[in-house]
Amino acid sequence: MKEIKLMKGNEAIAEAAIRCGADGYFGYPITPQSEVMETLMALKPWETTGMVVLQAESEIASINMVYGGAGCGKKVLTSSSSPGVSLMQEGLTYLAGAELPCVVVNVVRGGPGLGTIQPAQSDYFQAVKGGGHGDYKLIVLAPASVQEMADFVDLAFDLAFKYRNPAFILTDGVIGQMMEKVELAPFKPRWTNEEIEKNHPWATMGKKQRKERNVITSVELDPYKHEDLNKKLQAKYRLIQETEVRLEMIACEDADYLLVAYGASARICEKAVEVARSKGIKVGLLRPITLFPFPTLEIKRLAAQVKGILSVEMSAGQMVEDVRLAANGVVRVEHFGRLGGIIHSPSEVVEALENFFLKA
Amino acid sequence: MQEEIIIAGFGGQGVLSMGKILAYSGVMQEMEVSWMPSYGPEMRGGTANVTVILSDTRIGSPVLHEFDTAIILNQQSMDKFESLVKPGGTLIYDSNGIVHHPKRTDISIFRIDATDEAARINSPKTFNMMVLGGYLKVKPVVLMKNVLKGLKKSLPERHHHLIAMNEKALIHGGEIIREISHNDLVRV
Repeated sequence: MKEIKLMKGNEAIAEAAIRCGADGYFGYPITPQSEVMETLMALKPWETTGMVVLQAESEIASINMVYGGAGCGKKVLTSSSSPGVSLMQEGLTYLAGAELPCVVVNVVRGGPGLGTIQPAQSDYFQAVKGGGHGDYKLIVLAPASVQEMADFVDLAFDLAFKYRNPAFILTDGVIGQMMEKVELAPFKPRWTNEEIEKNHPWATMGKKQRKERNVITSVELDPYKHEDLNKKLQAKYRLIQETEVRLEMIACEDADYLLVAYGASARICEKAVEVARSKGIKVGLLRPITLFPFPTLEIKRLAAQVKGILSVEMSAGQMVEDVRLAANGVVRVEHFGRLGGIIHSPSEVVEALENFFLKA
Repeated sequence: MQEEIIIAGFGGQGVLSMGKILAYSGVMQEMEVSWMPSYGPEMRGGTANVTVILSDTRIGSPVLHEFDTAIILNQQSMDKFESLVKPGGTLIYDSNGIVHHPKRTDISIFRIDATDEAARINSPKTFNMMVLGGYLKVKPVVLMKNVLKGLKKSLPERHHHLIAMNEKALIHGGEIIREISHNDLVRV
């Protein structure tokens, strides 16, 4: 029988981590994501699957513990919220540079600075464009429901190990704090050391019979070699862009206007589509599920069909830049979003659409 | 069917758990549900509220700015949410501590004196279940058997001995809720 539970998005992350066979979680509490570690501590997976759950002394320590675990080929994750994730940026670029798989969850709250504990989507640039230094990309998934919070942990680990790249779950206080029905996946066993050695021969598991020792590092002082390494990373990112785009389209077939939104804003826009259509305005919604890779081609295609695109995010306008690049001047692209922890209402979205595109 | 509800009151009144039990009842009735709490500074010793949506179809926005039903348990929440009930909607309130009674004439208004009643029968902890029972009497969106299943699901096992008491409170709430006619509104 299917196991349907009612739980918070943050709790779903914790349950899913245990069920997908994660080896370790390292984190530091911060609202609005503290339930991730609270749930893990309550479930005590170290007594069942053997998964380690550790409250580190800081977010900087957490991400570096992730680096250590990932270097050994283990499935490790951390989670935090905006100010904490800012502290993790150095670790993230090192993980990307060393090509280490891991999962990092950001339950975004309003910034800048310590900001507010209310939901926001103002960390898009940081997650998608790279908050750390260097030419790197994270694979960024944007769940819009509690079910996706659960499903994307496993998916993120799959993608992270497939490409040897950190995977990032960019969510927000709405999805983290709300409760919805969720069907949990069955338990997968944790990988044995033999499985890790066989499937991930790069992992530092001790030299053993191999001729060469494995080295995990992001440093390469020979510029020619370092250029080659960068080219290899860029080729990997291109492959990810070509193969891993995920999105959902709602009512786009006959749409005259297109909303583009992810996460909580996508849910609000789903209702906005209903409201607009009840007023006779043919509106569709494109919801990017992956923010990197971004659904550029699909937006480009719809740009040729519609009379206007409205990018909706709880920020001053970040994703809108990628939507504009995708539309490439074919159609007008505008941004709407409340700031600082205020959640826009479906009717505000429709009103913005009307103001931008339907008023002479 | 889609029912969009806000439950609002003081922290500690059981607002969030009432919403959770209602949401779980919806799950037991194979409905789509969402439960979105206020988790801001206000819940740390002030007002607490939760938006619950029960639906036969996929739920869009879990965050709403107007409601089919508002269940209001203190004056601050009355001030904030009375105006956000959709025309034709329902407002249910506990009169304890209410100075300014609701005034709208385009919605149905019900009053349940659950705080007083819970104190009278010396069972203050069942206050929120009385309110929930009152709501379900007015809006039977979920069957009582599913509410009891929901109650069982949302209470930790160590509290399962309290289910009978809560069931009684649910039924009692249905008995004490009463509609306020618009003529009475003018007088109170």
